Amino acid sequence: MLILRCPYCGIDADETELTPGGEAHITRAGPGSSDAEFEAYLFLRENPKGVHFERWRHSYGCGKWFHAARCTATNEVFGTYSAQVTAPPKELCQKISGKRPGWLSRWLS
Amino acid sequence: MAETTSALPGARFDGAVLIEEAGLRGMITLKGDLAATRLHSAATGVAGVDFPGQGEANCVGEHGLCWMAPDELLILVPYARAAEDSAAIATALAGTHHLVTNVSDARVIFTAAGPAAREVLAKLTPADLHPDSFRPGQFRRTRLAQAPAAYWMRDAETFEIIAFRSMAAYVFDLLVGAANPAAPVGRY
Repeated sequence: MLILRCPYCGIDADETELTPGGEAHITRAGPGSSDAEFEAYLFLRENPKGVHFERWRHSYGCGKWFHAARCTATNEVFGTYSAQVTAPPKELCQKISGKRPGWLSRWLS
Repeated sequence: MAETTSALPGARFDGAVLIEEAGLRGMITLKGDLAATRLHSAATGVAGVDFPGQGEANCVGEHGLCWMAPDELLILVPYARAAEDSAAIATALAGTHHLVTNVSDARVIFTAAGPAAREVLAKLTPADLHPDSFRPGQFRRTRLAQAPAAYWMRDAETFEIIAFRSMAAYVFDLLVGAANPAAPVGRY
């Protein structure tokens, strides 16, 4: 069972109070994009064993969307952060590097 | 004109704790910039209590202010004043970005009173209700079993619980089940 701290209300919310929103930081391919870009936006997702960035919604609480970084293998939560960013914060990435040396993500290539 | 009634008038169960439907209560949802001075004075002017901090509720009698979200406040007033007070807030905030709605008839309030109140609620909610984690004055939006709900503690042994009116019977039955005197837990 996951417990994520909502960055907006500061509450340690249980997984059952949250709605999962899939992978974070997906860039929307808009009108004029190629078929390959649109396919990537719509269907192609990371499926890592390890560090994963996700969107969650505090649906039984304040109702806000936020981001979380989690290890898919151990369910360790590295941190949660605001939804108003397009990439994970630097401090969080450094923290993850300390715990999972050599971790890879398509957001940090 | 038809008389207005609450969802489960007089519903009451005396078990491990005393569960009661608290009757009609005026509730006004106010969304906007909670840091704005005008919003502060409009809300406190109607409720007559201090402005709550993050995750807090300030309730005195039938009046109160509850922090719902970073941009949302729940204002509690006597039922008869809800329409008038929401109009007064709308007037006070005219020209600023806000939303004010009288939601009194969409909700139901229950009280759970007794030394075992924490335990009864803890059977139904995923929130940590240990006395070190949840104290009078704090406000929590969460769920009770499958129903969205919010609650706060009026004092060390009394919870007030808000739920949707359409789920009043379900929430009352949940509380009655959890307050079964034959099923104490003894955790807190």
